[in-house]
Amino acid sequence: MPSILSISGVSKTYATGFTALKEVNLDIQRGEIFALLGPNGAGKTTLISIVCGIVNRSSGTVTVDGHDINKDYRAARSLIGLVPQELTIDAFESVWATVNYSRGLFGRPANPAFVEKVLRDLSLWDKKDSKAITLSGGMKRRLMIAKALSHEPRILFLDEPTAGVDVELRQDMWAMVRRLREDGVTIILTTHYIEEAEAMADRVGVINRGEIILVEDKAELMLKLGRKEVRLELRAPLGSVPDGLSRYALELSPDGSQLTYTYDNQSDRPGVASLIRDLEAAGVQFRDLDTKNSSLEEIFVNLLRQEP
Amino acid sequence: MNLRAAMNLRAVWAIYRVEMARAFRTVLQSIISPVISTSLYFVVFGSAIGSRITEIDGISYGAFIVPGLIMLSLLTQSISNASFAIYFPKFVGSIYELLSAPVSYLEIVIAYVGGAATKSIILGLIILATASLFVPLHIEHPFWMLAFLILTAVTFSLFGFIIGIWAKSFEQLQLVPLLIVTPLTFLGGSFYSIHMLPGIWKTITLFNPVVYLISGFRWSFYGKADVSVGISLGMTLVFLAVCIAIVAWIFRTGYRLRN
Repeated sequence: MPSILSISGVSKTYATGFTALKEVNLDIQRGEIFALLGPNGAGKTTLISIVCGIVNRSSGTVTVDGHDINKDYRAARSLIGLVPQELTIDAFESVWATVNYSRGLFGRPANPAFVEKVLRDLSLWDKKDSKAITLSGGMKRRLMIAKALSHEPRILFLDEPTAGVDVELRQDMWAMVRRLREDGVTIILTTHYIEEAEAMADRVGVINRGEIILVEDKAELMLKLGRKEVRLELRAPLGSVPDGLSRYALELSPDGSQLTYTYDNQSDRPGVASLIRDLEAAGVQFRDLDTKNSSLEEIFVNLLRQEP
Repeated sequence: MNLRAAMNLRAVWAIYRVEMARAFRTVLQSIISPVISTSLYFVVFGSAIGSRITEIDGISYGAFIVPGLIMLSLLTQSISNASFAIYFPKFVGSIYELLSAPVSYLEIVIAYVGGAATKSIILGLIILATASLFVPLHIEHPFWMLAFLILTAVTFSLFGFIIGIWAKSFEQLQLVPLLIVTPLTFLGGSFYSIHMLPGIWKTITLFNPVVYLISGFRWSFYGKADVSVGISLGMTLVFLAVCIAIVAWIFRTGYRLRN
């Protein structure tokens, strides 16, 4: 499938001399949910800002659905909706006015029925005549999304969309993102909540110190880099791990009551069934067994730790 | 290619409408307050002090200061409207939306400068109407009066737009209007004819661009000017061209917008 967004060799050095992006290459597939992960200052927002036309790049090319973001900026930008990290709204405008302003700014003809639908979908309809300044933080976040959706974009950038929002709103937003994807909208989100990326994303990209260090299908990434952990609660504490179990590199808790076996999903190390047989042979009995897959968050942290 | 296809006119209209809505939302600050302060000028300079001043070029002092007072408001309001209009989104961060929209530099300038100029032209006309309550007014060249009014409003709105992009703080936003524009306007012949100045000061005053604006505008009222009307018009157009060139450079380089 052709990519809807293609970033090629993009670098950005600010006037201060700080290099925020180094030769970034990234292709986003049409209709996917792509999570761009990275620690603070990794370059996520700079990358998004370049694609959206807010920041000039130092070098490289970006095309949106085949349109160069400089030469054909009108076509490129009209396809993009952006929800920035900060709640930046003209505080004295009403909800209705500011969303219609956004639609007009993107050159779309007035469509009150569509704007009403967007506001209803985001539970903002009751607040349509309220000034933005009177809205709660969560409502302001919804308003930012309504503004971004007002011109019916085909690509939606969500920069830290759920930072500082309550659980209910976060779930509402996840549901909204899924609905948008069903309508064919491509979604690129950055988030600190890795669980969010784990729950939503089709693909994951990790950026660190201005470089993309990994782009992978989420399921494959978790399979490839994920680890499994088996924890056994022993009937009787052990003084040490029996010699017959040495090939498992088991970890014994300080009080001797728990054994932990960790292995990579793709490693050649023996599986749980073999461990249980060997435990029986060694006369080690357990009363409970717990297995856990490593989360995307753990994979992410491990990836960053491996970086020089 | 027709204009609608070549330009994002809806965006121009959206920005313009928001700017005008802001003026009506803050009508006290935008319109009533300058009208009150201008009326006070008429009371103090036109009636109280002006009654003791002889006519200048055959014009009563009260009537003589009308074009200068309108220019004073027009310049300060054009600068303040346009500088605030672009600085405020920068300050609160909502400029992201403008920069990420399919809007050309020209469209942004037309919308913001158009909004700011419209507001100050309306204000200038209101002051003119207010002035007619205090002094008998006579406009000899109404077309040129309107032409100078529009040209000055547009030029100084562009100048304000540049200040709004340059400013990094509210202090800087006020700096140029307070320290440069207001003194130049007061010393630009708002309240006197530059022929009343002693030799060297008369020459120095000719370096003040506001002299040409006020002189040309006064000529459109009374047919009398400190400097030739052609030079006045030329100097106004030169200042307009300089502002356009600076705005073009700002957008080409992304100066304090996209960096």
